[in-house]
Amino acid sequence: MQAHLLSILIWLPIAAGIVVLLLGERHIGAARWLSLLASIATLALSLPLLADFNTHTAAYQFVEKAPWIPRFNAYYALGVDGISLPLVVLTALMTIPVIIAAWTVVKSRAAQYFAAFLIMEGLMIGVFSATDALLFYFFWEAMLIPMFLIIGIWGGPRRVYATIKFFLYTFLGSVFMLAALIYMYLKAGSYSIAAFQALPLTLVEQRWIFLAFLLAFAVKVPMWPVHTWLPDAHVEAPTGGSVILAAIMLKMGGYGFLRFSLPITPDACRELNLLVITLSLIAVIYIGLVAIVQADMKKLIAYSSIAHMGFVTLGAFVVYEIVRTTGQVQGAAMGMDGAMVQMVSHGLISGALFLCVGVLYDRMHTREISAYGGVINTMPMFAAFMVMFALANTGLPGTSGFVGEFLVILASFKASFWYSTLAATTLILGASYTLWMVKRVLYGPVANDHVAHLTDLNGREFLVLGMLAVLVLAIGIWPEPLLKIMEPSIHHLVTQAVATKIPA
Amino acid sequence: MNTFLHLMPGMIPAIPEIFLGFAICLVLLFEVFVGVRRPGATATLTLFVLVVGAALTARYADVGHQMVLFNGMYVTDPLAFVLKLAGFLFVAVALLYSRMYLESRNILRGEYYVLALTALLGIFVIVSANSLLTVYIGVELLALSVYAMVAFDRESGVAAESAMKYFVLGAIASGTLLYGMSIIYGLTGTLDLGVIATKLTASGSLGVILGLTFIVVAVAFKLGAVPFHMWLPDVYEGAPTSVTLFVGTAPKIAYFALMLRLLAHGLAGTSADWTLMLTPLAVLTLIVGNLVAIAQSNLKRMLAYSTIGHVGFIVLGFVAGTPSGYSASLYYTLVYVLVALGSFGVILLASRKGFEADKLEHYKGLYQRDPLLALVMMMLMFSLAGVPPFVGFWAKLRIIQALWETSHLGLVIVSVVMSVVGAFYYLRVVKLMYFDAPPENLPATLRPLGPRFVIGVNAAAALVLGILPSPLLDLCSRLIH
Repeated sequence: MQAHLLSILIWLPIAAGIVVLLLGERHIGAARWLSLLASIATLALSLPLLADFNTHTAAYQFVEKAPWIPRFNAYYALGVDGISLPLVVLTALMTIPVIIAAWTVVKSRAAQYFAAFLIMEGLMIGVFSATDALLFYFFWEAMLIPMFLIIGIWGGPRRVYATIKFFLYTFLGSVFMLAALIYMYLKAGSYSIAAFQALPLTLVEQRWIFLAFLLAFAVKVPMWPVHTWLPDAHVEAPTGGSVILAAIMLKMGGYGFLRFSLPITPDACRELNLLVITLSLIAVIYIGLVAIVQADMKKLIAYSSIAHMGFVTLGAFVVYEIVRTTGQVQGAAMGMDGAMVQMVSHGLISGALFLCVGVLYDRMHTREISAYGGVINTMPMFAAFMVMFALANTGLPGTSGFVGEFLVILASFKASFWYSTLAATTLILGASYTLWMVKRVLYGPVANDHVAHLTDLNGREFLVLGMLAVLVLAIGIWPEPLLKIMEPSIHHLVTQAVATKIPA
Repeated sequence: MNTFLHLMPGMIPAIPEIFLGFAICLVLLFEVFVGVRRPGATATLTLFVLVVGAALTARYADVGHQMVLFNGMYVTDPLAFVLKLAGFLFVAVALLYSRMYLESRNILRGEYYVLALTALLGIFVIVSANSLLTVYIGVELLALSVYAMVAFDRESGVAAESAMKYFVLGAIASGTLLYGMSIIYGLTGTLDLGVIATKLTASGSLGVILGLTFIVVAVAFKLGAVPFHMWLPDVYEGAPTSVTLFVGTAPKIAYFALMLRLLAHGLAGTSADWTLMLTPLAVLTLIVGNLVAIAQSNLKRMLAYSTIGHVGFIVLGFVAGTPSGYSASLYYTLVYVLVALGSFGVILLASRKGFEADKLEHYKGLYQRDPLLALVMMMLMFSLAGVPPFVGFWAKLRIIQALWETSHLGLVIVSVVMSVVGAFYYLRVVKLMYFDAPPENLPATLRPLGPRFVIGVNAAAALVLGILPSPLLDLCSRLIH
């Protein structure tokens, strides 16, 4: 089983999703339990990955390889390293709260709702564990279909606009990546990502490929100025959709930068790193400011996600500036460590915050901040969780949010005093928008009758938020195991990223 | 049978055409004596004929190598064999989807099936053409059968109008083709495509370019490439939907073969010229087809423009002008026909007596009214949009790959951008079916077991071939060398 663990992680949820789909609305009870069981089983099966992962090598582990399209030299090739493993586990983890949160809340076509998330879970794990670029692209695109349906069927009033925008934006980004992948295949004779990473490319070629990748990943991350689909998609998506979108799908963009852009086009990255750094800093500062004025809680968290993802791209690309100014590679790894921790931590925190908003929305059917006030009086337990996640979102030491941001700021300080100063404004901006929202929603006198009649968390909600809270604290207090898993792979990545691939 | 075949060994590879010729006579007589009293019997017989034809083809027509027969008029090779099998299959499926539709409109007559079979014969003749004359006979046989099919519902004014439009424009195109052929004949002194290929080895002569231009125009008309596409949306919209299904599917195989035999084989020496002519055609076709499709409110018309967009991709394979490009076009054609069959089939099954489900708004909330049909349509739409895990993705990938191999950066960019534009209107269909509530006064969809099963298999094929694309990809590469 060990040998096919990754395959099981991909296909088990997909198979379960199909069964749930067949069970349909008539057997909704069975469908619910099966979905929960399948998602828990997936998480349970992903734990051996963590336990048996060898933290001393950067090579892919749990490797599987079977011929898929011999004509293109494309393989059904899977494997995880220190970069993809945390994301695989995160995916398996975050599907469970989505299913529990929707337990009785989703009323129409509930079986399809569960099925869509299970199928998406399988596809997302596929994205993170594919070591063949064609297979990667296959999962990457296929995932758009369930997400398109999730936003479009269960979303809010403007769901159709949002979901079509979401689909077309991401599709536009991806097709250019496809063109770049095919180009490299013709040069390398294989779709293996490792072959692409080893392929010598001239600077001109690298530039074009880099831009194609940038378009694909920047849309997914999303980076300013191609971020506009995200707030729309988040506001209109159902709670589960928002959680998966923020927790996992945005990470695909960051993962793409680390897996494709940096190792495949290192020279273009070196040349164009200021572009990415600038865009990242704009995301951190400008989008942070935009977040402050939002009146809708989901929109606010969506903008906060964009700002936080700015740290991921900053951490990844500041490497080149560090090498340029200090001439050393050592400090560079810190930025990437920060980027990775930030991805995992943001997955947990933003997921938790969207779940919190979902808890309120299920009771009040509005996400307007102004409709709330004094929630703490009627929902003290909920308020405690929300405050904790909000503080984590602002990067409070002791929470996972601190680790990632701190590492990135520290790394960018090595590159330039100004980068770190600008990046560090997030500590002020993040605190402003998050805490101001918390103040308006939770504190103060009870705003109206609706708030007065709120009931506190039920057991199901408590369980979900509690689980995430424990993880946020665990990574915040003791990030060492996570860093250790990533270390060899990050080290290897830095070597690849600072090397040159231009043929002599 | 075997002894009979041994008497005429030279004819064995032509079994599909010979059988079909006899079968057409048989079906016609059957209709006269039996079919008039028992409508529907002819339909069943035709399906039976197609199955037998496919079986005979599979048994006898696979010669495994290229063979030229009938004094150089006729060629058979593995490609022709596979295309003929595909022709039998696609026409059988198309007729199966159509039956209830024809019945509900009182046009379930034997002649319809006879015309479908003669059109199929025309397709076969084009597929196996090795001479300008054979090409022309095939093109005309196919075209005349189809004109008549478009006008088949004689009560319908729209159908008559589009048949007339189709006929007049088609006649001009045929004239153009013939004119171009006569110039080529005048320059080479032969009708044999193989000999033409050896004689016309270098481009440049004004006469050759003149002849070539007329031929390319005619081919572009048949395919529906912009700016020779005007007939296509009108015919697709005006013809009875079952005919639209027919016109939009099997003949595409023939037009692919037409380009391959005529341009890529016979006029191979002038490929520099015709790829130059096809390039702007392909780009315009992609852009116009995909952009105009967005503005349509009629599903048949939208699919017509989407067809034009897909034709752009098929032509792009020829623009690449390499075996890899041709096999990409072949793959694209087969995949497109498979998916188009299903999507027009959905329109047929959603229609019923006195109600034509051809407006986009008729698909609102289809999910609630008929989940299976909606699921099938969704899968087919995503396949047309080229989204994995559906087979349409590989078709686009192959074309882009062929363009990269020949360093057509600009065309790569145009094709990927246009596939995003195309995705928009396919998504709109999914949106109508899944996100909107059904209007109240729509009649229920048809639920005949057989066609519903086949359409389910059709959509499943788009998925399975998408997940495991290797066999079909390999086949297409093997057929083109």
